[in-house]
Amino acid sequence: MRLIDENGLRVDGRRLDELRPIKMEVGLLDKADGSAYIEQGKNRIVAAVYGPREAHPKHIALVERAVIKCRYHMAPFSVEERKSPAPSRRELELSKVIREALETSIMSELYPRTSIDIFIEVLQSDGGSRCAGITAASLALADAGIPLREIVAACAVGKIEGKIALDPSDIEDKEGEADLPVAFMPKSNAITLIQMDGSFTEEEFNQALDTAIPACKKINEMQIEALKRKYVTVKEQAEERAA
Amino acid sequence: MTIFAEKKQLVAPGELLAEGSYFPGENTYREGNKIYASRIGLADSVANKLVVVPLKGCYVPRIDDFVIGRVVDIAMSGWIVDISAPYPAMLPLSETPAARGMTARKDLTRFFNVGDLVMAEVIAFDRTRDPLLTVRGRGLGKVSSGRVVHISPAKIPRLIGRKGSMISMLKKMTGCEIVVGQNGTVLVSGRQPKNEQTAVAAMFMIEREAHTRGLTDRVSEMMSRELR
Repeated sequence: MRLIDENGLRVDGRRLDELRPIKMEVGLLDKADGSAYIEQGKNRIVAAVYGPREAHPKHIALVERAVIKCRYHMAPFSVEERKSPAPSRRELELSKVIREALETSIMSELYPRTSIDIFIEVLQSDGGSRCAGITAASLALADAGIPLREIVAACAVGKIEGKIALDPSDIEDKEGEADLPVAFMPKSNAITLIQMDGSFTEEEFNQALDTAIPACKKINEMQIEALKRKYVTVKEQAEERAA
Repeated sequence: MTIFAEKKQLVAPGELLAEGSYFPGENTYREGNKIYASRIGLADSVANKLVVVPLKGCYVPRIDDFVIGRVVDIAMSGWIVDISAPYPAMLPLSETPAARGMTARKDLTRFFNVGDLVMAEVIAFDRTRDPLLTVRGRGLGKVSSGRVVHISPAKIPRLIGRKGSMISMLKKMTGCEIVVGQNGTVLVSGRQPKNEQTAVAAMFMIEREAHTRGLTDRVSEMMSRELR
C-alpha cells in the first residue's frame, strides 16, 4: 500500500511535517493527586499521579529521595485485537523507559522516603502512545503540584517510503521503515527518552531528530496552556460574576 | 538583572522568572543565573527573592504547625496519625497530658482509638524521620463534635487570610466555630445546619478561587445570600 500519495500527503491527509490534532485536559480525576488526558490523533490516554506518599512496600523507599513508580498499561479494548490485561514485555519496557524519561524532571530529593506513583492507561492506541503517555504523565505530575524542573514533552518521528515523517500513526509505524520516539525537556535542552526501531542512516537520523525536537517544543507550549487553562477559566468566571 | 514574571502571574514549572543575581525562594530553583518556577502557582518577589505561591501541593509538616489528623494505628507506645502528609505522623504516649507509664495496648485505646480525630501540634520533623506530634497544649486533644472538611493544604493560607481576616469573616458571619489545621483539615461546628453549610460552601469557594482577585467580597456576598 502507498503511504504517501502524488501530492506528498499521507494516508490521513497530513503533510510530512505535520502533527496529528492534539487535545489536552488537566485535572479530570479528582481522586488522584494529579491527572491529565490527551488525545493525539486517535490515541486516547489518561495519566494519573499519586504522591508523594508513603512507599509500599517499605523496603523500596530510598533514604535521600522519592522513589518513582510508573505503570504504562494498555486497556484490552485499546486495540482491535483484544489485548490481554496482563502486563506484556512491551508494557514492562515502556513502563521503565517512561519512568526514566520523567525521573530527570522530578525534584525527588525534596521528598525522601516517599513514593510518587505514575499511572498511564491507554484507552485507545494508534501509534506513538508512549510519547503521548509521557506528555500526559508529565502534565499530571505538574497538576499534582510535584516540584518539577520542567514539563517533559514527547513526540515520535518515523521514516515512511524513505521520507522522514513527524508523528507516525499506527499504520505508518507498522508499514514504515523506522520509528524514533523522543522525549525532550526544552529549557534544559535535554533528551530524556530516545529509542529507535528500524534503521536510519546517520543523515536521516539527524534529520529525524531535527524534526522531533521542534515538535516537542510545540507540544510543551500546549502542555503549559492546558495546565493554566483550568485556573484561567475559574478566574475569568469568578471575575465575570463579580462584575 | 531582570524579573520576567509579574506579581501574581500564573506560572508553570520550568517557566523563567528572573535572570541575574536573585535568590531562589520557595517553589523556584536556580540554574546558572536564571531562576525558574518548579510548581504551578502565582509568582511573587520579596526584595531580591523570587517565590511561587503554589496552587497545588501536598502538606509538608513544619514544626509548631497545628494539624487535625486521624488515628490509623496503635503502636507500642503511641498512635500513628494520618495528617494528610506524605509521611505518617507519630503521637507518642509521653506527649499526652495524662501519661503515666501505661504501655499495654488496651490501655492506649482509653485515650485514642483507631478512627478518632485529634487536634495536635507538630513538634519534630526532618528529612530523616517521620513527624512527631503532641497533644499537650491548650485546645489540643480528641475531637468530639463538629463537621470535618478537607481542603487542599496549599489553599489554607488563603482561607486564613492576611492576619486572619478571611477566617474571621467566616466565623463572624456564620457564627460557627471554625478550627483550621495547616494540613488542610478544617473543623466546623455551628448551631444551625444552614450556618455550617454556608461556612463549608465558603471554604470550597475559597479553595477553588484562591488565585483570583476580589475573593473576600465575593465570599462575603455569597454568604449573605445564603444566610438570608
